[in-house]
Amino acid sequence: MAKKQNTDVSIVLCGQAGMGIQTVEGILTRMLKGAGCNVFATKEYMSRVRGGKNSTEIRVASKPVSAFVNRIDLLIPLNKGAVEHLRDRISKNTIVIAEEQVVGNEVHGNFRFVEAPFTKIATDIGNKVFSNVVAVGLLAGLLGMKLPDILDYVKKFFASKAADIVEKNTKAAEAGFQLAEDLAGRIGLAFTIEPDAGVKDQLLLNGGDAIGLGAIAGGCNFISSYPMTPSTPVLTFLARNGRDFGVIAEQAEDEIAAVNMAIGAWYAGARAMVSTSGGGFALMVEGLSLAGMLESPLVVNLGQRPAPATGLPTRTEQADLEFALYSGHGEFPRILLAPGTLEQAFYLTARAFNLADKFQVPVILLTDQYLVDSYYNIPGFDLAKVKVEKYFVKTEADYKRYELVKNGVSPRGIPGFGRGLVCLDSDEHDEYGRITEDLQLRIKMVDKRLKKLESAKKEIIPPELFPKQKYKNLIVCWGSTYHVVKEAISRLDRDDTSLLHYSQVYPLHQKTADLLGKAGKVVVLEGNATGQFAKLIRLNTGIEIENRLLKYNGLGFTVEEVTAGLKKILK
Amino acid sequence: MDPKLFDMGQIDVAWCPGCGDYGILTVLKRTLTELDIGPEKLVMVTGIGQAAKIPHYFKTNFLNGLHGRALPPAVAIKAANPSMVVIAESGDGDMYGEGGNHFIHNIRRNPDITNIVHNNMVYGLTKGQASPTSQRGFKTPVQVAGVILEPFNPLAVAIALDAGFVARAFIGDADQTKEIFKKAITHKGYALVDVFQPCVTFNKINTWQWFKDNTCYLDQTHDPYNRAAAFKKATETGKLLLGVFYINPNKTTFEDEIAIYSDDKRPLYERQPDYNRLQKLIDKYRTAG
Repeated sequence: MAKKQNTDVSIVLCGQAGMGIQTVEGILTRMLKGAGCNVFATKEYMSRVRGGKNSTEIRVASKPVSAFVNRIDLLIPLNKGAVEHLRDRISKNTIVIAEEQVVGNEVHGNFRFVEAPFTKIATDIGNKVFSNVVAVGLLAGLLGMKLPDILDYVKKFFASKAADIVEKNTKAAEAGFQLAEDLAGRIGLAFTIEPDAGVKDQLLLNGGDAIGLGAIAGGCNFISSYPMTPSTPVLTFLARNGRDFGVIAEQAEDEIAAVNMAIGAWYAGARAMVSTSGGGFALMVEGLSLAGMLESPLVVNLGQRPAPATGLPTRTEQADLEFALYSGHGEFPRILLAPGTLEQAFYLTARAFNLADKFQVPVILLTDQYLVDSYYNIPGFDLAKVKVEKYFVKTEADYKRYELVKNGVSPRGIPGFGRGLVCLDSDEHDEYGRITEDLQLRIKMVDKRLKKLESAKKEIIPPELFPKQKYKNLIVCWGSTYHVVKEAISRLDRDDTSLLHYSQVYPLHQKTADLLGKAGKVVVLEGNATGQFAKLIRLNTGIEIENRLLKYNGLGFTVEEVTAGLKKILK
Repeated sequence: MDPKLFDMGQIDVAWCPGCGDYGILTVLKRTLTELDIGPEKLVMVTGIGQAAKIPHYFKTNFLNGLHGRALPPAVAIKAANPSMVVIAESGDGDMYGEGGNHFIHNIRRNPDITNIVHNNMVYGLTKGQASPTSQRGFKTPVQVAGVILEPFNPLAVAIALDAGFVARAFIGDADQTKEIFKKAITHKGYALVDVFQPCVTFNKINTWQWFKDNTCYLDQTHDPYNRAAAFKKATETGKLLLGVFYINPNKTTFEDEIAIYSDDKRPLYERQPDYNRLQKLIDKYRTAG
């Protein structure tokens, strides 16, 4: 194998839960980014704490990469069955570096096998648990990193551990590096990624962190939630940083309590959010309707995962759009955002708090496991572009919480700020917020609540259209599929095809019908089985999108399958 | 202060004539007056039911939310602005049935709020079904052969969870109820007051007279600081006991535990995120180890 320049290497590690694959991901991505490589990492894992088969894909590239690919250039299976687990993604070009007994009968299969005695090396150092760090040293070596840099980073990574642990991990990384040297010398195995000088100082983070940072930027100071994959990282992020930023992070007894706490917090002047997934959101739905009636702001991170019921708890899907759209008894406005990139996750989360406060409506962020768990490097977030906009007012005596105003958005007072009393009622109420069965007033209050949606429609985030404003084919998608579709379109090598990505899915942008109407062929791509966004578009525009790329096996789309799917439709 | 400060003037009240809720409203106004807690300082949080309508009948800030869900917003309001006096009030079905999980876990949380529960041993608003506190054998249109479930014992549950203040009152004795309310509101931490309050329309068993005949006060020798004694009293059969069963003065409140007020007393609405600090946190992702 000749040493050549590589632009994009896809590495996959696969093993059982508890083998330290996440540690490899954590060290390797940060170390390689520090060395100037663009990195992307995403994981798929089973809903168990030990055992099973979990895999992490790490893409290392000379140009920015931010999407899941099917291809595996380098596979490190850490236990028996790992190769079988990834069979569909392994090709003749895949190099499998493993212990012979891990690969077993598969050795003579359709890939190139390179033996590496991870366990033996680790056991010689002191314990087989160091195998994962041997793999780190090996991979870093194969990707051209220098030994001192590797050891420096490993020491830093384990700095909080006992001296003995640091020493053994350092030895493990060094042994892995020697193995890489050996393989390079013996069979010419090596990858060279040209460093990109700007990358070193970029941010490397995942969607969960981006949402958490965005929440702080948006002035979030209260989160009440019940842990549920894949929404928990947002709760843990705000809990971890709560003391520094004055955020109350409370694990509620159930999701019902969580949403009602958040509504109480907004009432008292806090900026509150809940983070949950479909099943937990189902329990919050009565509370969502309460927010509708009280005209309370509310921010919900709805991390979607495959359902119904418990579904595939640790996997990804985009099947809660209609649920979020129609959840809650009665009629009341809401805003649905769907970040597709880390930048959008940050800026839209911050914005969600302002929108919720301004229009006094629930704002639901439709995220998913793929977005929350995927890492890549980005230039940064610009705090000059975010602002905490508070819309509550100081009350006067005789304050009316639900004053019938033209745009439906009555000035929102909070108790203890001003001379007025702030009265909220889940029953139909009069302008003061007191219970009523005046049926004429009922009509006025319904109309007032619904009018807020018209106000919110003036600030809909437009869909992103690229690369060309003129197109024959238009690929429509929303939420976390942004980067995978973008890369697939670039691979199509056509100049007549553009992407239309929605980061706000409701209310739907008014230009939608025009944009779709200009295309000869429209394709919608969604991570669900029924084309929920296509249905929403039809409902709003009357346009039926016949070409659909749908995926609902629990994994995110890969660039290859989107490329192939589009090629087939566009021909 | 004058209790009239809380009066709404001529309003339509949905309670039946003779309902125990009127007495609770009057006593509550007197209590607040004596404690010098004005309407602007107070936030009432209620659920759904006849009892839960109480804030509509006097001047106060209030959030009249969902059935069973008075406690979660109440704890959040107190946490977001500890300077407010927060009372969570509803009926037995709301607090002990629909909201039972919140009842349990907010005792554990120990927010500095007062939890007043109107206990009439029946569902009023939905017309006469059993409540969690209905006595065995109580016949209703649903429990046609009489209630077969063990009555919920809120005091024993609260004492078992080491609630900071646990008491029971009977609104037939307004003066004592007021004294108990005063102690509950001034207690720093979660305080439960279960108040017997006859439903004159749907409970023909547990009437004013029945409560008079079947209740009596804890005797002078009861030590409310003795948890085991309090639990024993709460689980005694025979007459239903009234008074302060249990006080634990040594508990830290939820608002004090969460630490965000330790060096900054401002309520959350006065705060802005520290963008300099946020920039530093963001920058950690450039080099994070």
